[in-house]
Amino acid sequence: MNRIRLLGQWLDDRLALGRLYEHTIGHRIPASSASWWYVFGSATLVCLIIQLVTGVCLALVYVPSPDDAYASLEYLDYEQPFGWYLRGLHYWGSNFMVALVTIHMVQIFLFGAYKYPRELTWMVGCALFLATIGMAFTGQTMRFDQDAYWGVEIIVSILGRLPGVGEYATHLLQGGPIVGAETLSRFFALHVFVIPGALIGLLVIHIRLVLVLGISEYPVAGKHVEPGAYRDDYEGVVEKTGIRLMPEGGGKDLVFGALVLLAIVLCAALIGPKIPNGPADPTLIQTVPRPDFYFLSLFAAFALMPPYLETVVIVYVMPLAIVLLFAVPFISRGPERHPSRRPGAVIAVTVVLLSLFTLAWEGVQSPWSPDMDAWSGVPVQPRFVRGRSPLAHAGATILQAKQCRNCHALDGAGGKRGPDLAGVATRLTEDQLIRQVLQGGGNMPAYGKHLAPHEVTALVAFLGTLHPENQPPARSAASSSSSPTGFPEPR
Amino acid sequence: MEPHDHEPLPPAVAPVTRRDFLFKLGLAINGLAAALVGIPVVGYVASALVKDRGRQAWIPLGGLDSFPLGETRLASYRNPFTTPWDGVTADVPCWVRRKASGDFQVFAINCAHLGCPVRWFPQSGLFMCPCHGGVYYEDGSRASGPPPRGLFEYQIRVRANHLEVRGGQTPNLSEPV
Repeated sequence: MNRIRLLGQWLDDRLALGRLYEHTIGHRIPASSASWWYVFGSATLVCLIIQLVTGVCLALVYVPSPDDAYASLEYLDYEQPFGWYLRGLHYWGSNFMVALVTIHMVQIFLFGAYKYPRELTWMVGCALFLATIGMAFTGQTMRFDQDAYWGVEIIVSILGRLPGVGEYATHLLQGGPIVGAETLSRFFALHVFVIPGALIGLLVIHIRLVLVLGISEYPVAGKHVEPGAYRDDYEGVVEKTGIRLMPEGGGKDLVFGALVLLAIVLCAALIGPKIPNGPADPTLIQTVPRPDFYFLSLFAAFALMPPYLETVVIVYVMPLAIVLLFAVPFISRGPERHPSRRPGAVIAVTVVLLSLFTLAWEGVQSPWSPDMDAWSGVPVQPRFVRGRSPLAHAGATILQAKQCRNCHALDGAGGKRGPDLAGVATRLTEDQLIRQVLQGGGNMPAYGKHLAPHEVTALVAFLGTLHPENQPPARSAASSSSSPTGFPEPR
Repeated sequence: MEPHDHEPLPPAVAPVTRRDFLFKLGLAINGLAAALVGIPVVGYVASALVKDRGRQAWIPLGGLDSFPLGETRLASYRNPFTTPWDGVTADVPCWVRRKASGDFQVFAINCAHLGCPVRWFPQSGLFMCPCHGGVYYEDGSRASGPPPRGLFEYQIRVRANHLEVRGGQTPNLSEPV
C-alpha cells in the first residue's frame, strides 16, 4: 500500500498530475452549469472515444480495395470473432455521435452560449460538426456496398455541377477517371487519417477554449452579457459559488455518458451493424440507392426542389448556409442569453429542425421515386375490375404492362410519383384522359409512341371506370351528349 | 593611444550575433526543406487533375449480332484507364439501342440528374431512375423529373462488325462522356 502511495507521489512529482487535474477536469465551474442541459458535449466525446477504439480494430481487418472490401466486410460480419459486434458499435456510435453533436449544437444555440467571449468556441465547434458529418459520409463509403458506390457517384455528380471547376473537382475526389480503387483509397485516407486528425486537433482547441473561457453559466432571463464586465462577473461567480467539474460538477455528465454508452452497446448487440446491401458492382443496376439517415434530408431536398434551383443551391446556398452557421456569434450580438428573451433564435431552431425532419421523413418515403417493381409486383385490386367490360379488363392489363403502376397507385398500392388513379375519372373527362396518356405533361411522359390506338381506347375505358359508386365521372361542360359519362359502363 | 579606442561606441545597428544568424539560417533551410517536401506532396495529390483527365479511347462493346434490331440492351465494358485492383468498379454498364440495322444509340447508365443507374422498361419505352424519379424516352431525351437534360450519349462507330463506343470517364454535367 505504502509503495503504491510512494509511486503515486513519484509520478505526481515528475508529471505534476495535481496541477494538471486542477487546470482540467478539476477546474472550477459555476454551480448553475452542472445541469442536465450541459451533458451533450461530453456525451459526444464518449461517442468519439468509442469510434476511435472500434475504428482502429476494424482497420485491422478491413481491406480498402474495391476487389476485397465487400469480402472483408462479410468476413467481419460472419467469421471474425466479435467482428459483427464491433461493426455494430462503430455503426451505432456514428449514429449517436451525429445525433448528439447536433443536439449539443442546438442547446448551445438556444442558451446563447456562443456569445461573448465564446465566439471562437462556437466556430471551432462548427468545424467539429462538419468534421463529424465528413466522418459519417466517408464512413458510409467504407461499407463499400451498392448504397456506398452510388452515394459516391451522387457526390461526384454534385461536384460536376460546379461551374468551371466541376471537372477538376470530380477528378480530385475520384483520384482517376471513374469511381474506383483510388476513390475508395482516398475515402479511406480521409476517414482514418485526415478527418480524424483534423477532428482531434480541433477538439484540443475546443477544449482549450472551454478551459480558458470557462463553461457558460446557466442563462437567466434579463441577465445581460456585457463585454466590458462579463469576464469579471464570471470570475466572481466561479470564485464565490463555483464547484469543481470533477467530482462535484460532472456527475450528470458521467451518468448521461454511461447511458449513451449503454444505448450504443444495446443497439449494437440487439440490432447489429448495417449489413452491406450487395457488392459495389456498377453493372448490378437492379438497385435503389439510399443514404444513411443523416443525409436523407439532403437526398429529399434534391428530389423536391425545382430543377432550376439545384445548381444555385449547390454553388451558393449550401456554402452560404455553412458561412452563416460559423458567423452566428457575429450576427446575433444581443445581450440576452435566455431563450425566452430570444424568440428569433427559438423560431430559427424550430424551422430548421422541422424542415430537416420533414425532409428526412419524405426521404424515407421517397414518393418521388418510381416504384420500380410495382408493374409486375402490385396487381390491380379485384374490386376495380369486378363486373367491368372486357374492354376495361384489357385496359387494366395495359395499365400494368406499360408500367403505369410504377408511378401511379390504385388506392394507395403502387408508386407515389404521380397521382393515385382511384377516382381519376372524377377529375378528368374521357378526352382529357386520352390527351394526358398520349401527350403526357405535368411530369408525366407521353405514351403516344408506345400505345396503339386500340390500347389507348382500352386503357381510357378502364380509367373511366375509376370513380366512386355514387359519384359520377367528370364530363365536359361543353358536351351536350345525352350520355353524361361517355364511358361504356356495363352493370 | 586615445582612451576611446578601448571603449567602442554603441553601434547604430544591432550586431548580428551568431545566435541570430543561426536562427534565421535555420528558418531559411526549413523553408527550403518544406518546399522540397510540400511541392511534391501537392503534385502527388493533385496529379489526379492531370492523370487520365479527359482521356478517351474507342472501346469494343460486342458483336453487332448481340444487339437485336429494335431493342435496347444492357451492355458493359472494361474501362481502359484502370488499375488491376479496381476490380468490378471498372466494369461500366451502358444501354445500347439498335434503332435500325446500322443505327445505334449508346447511353451512359448514369442519370443526368445526380448519377444514379437508370433502368430500361421496354414495354413503356422509358428509362426510369430509382433515386429522384428522372424519366427518359427511348431515344434518351428527358421525359420528366429533375434531370436538366437527356441521358449522356456515347460517340459510336462500327469496326469489323463490332460496336465501339468512345469512353473512359464517368459522365457528369461538367464532363458529358
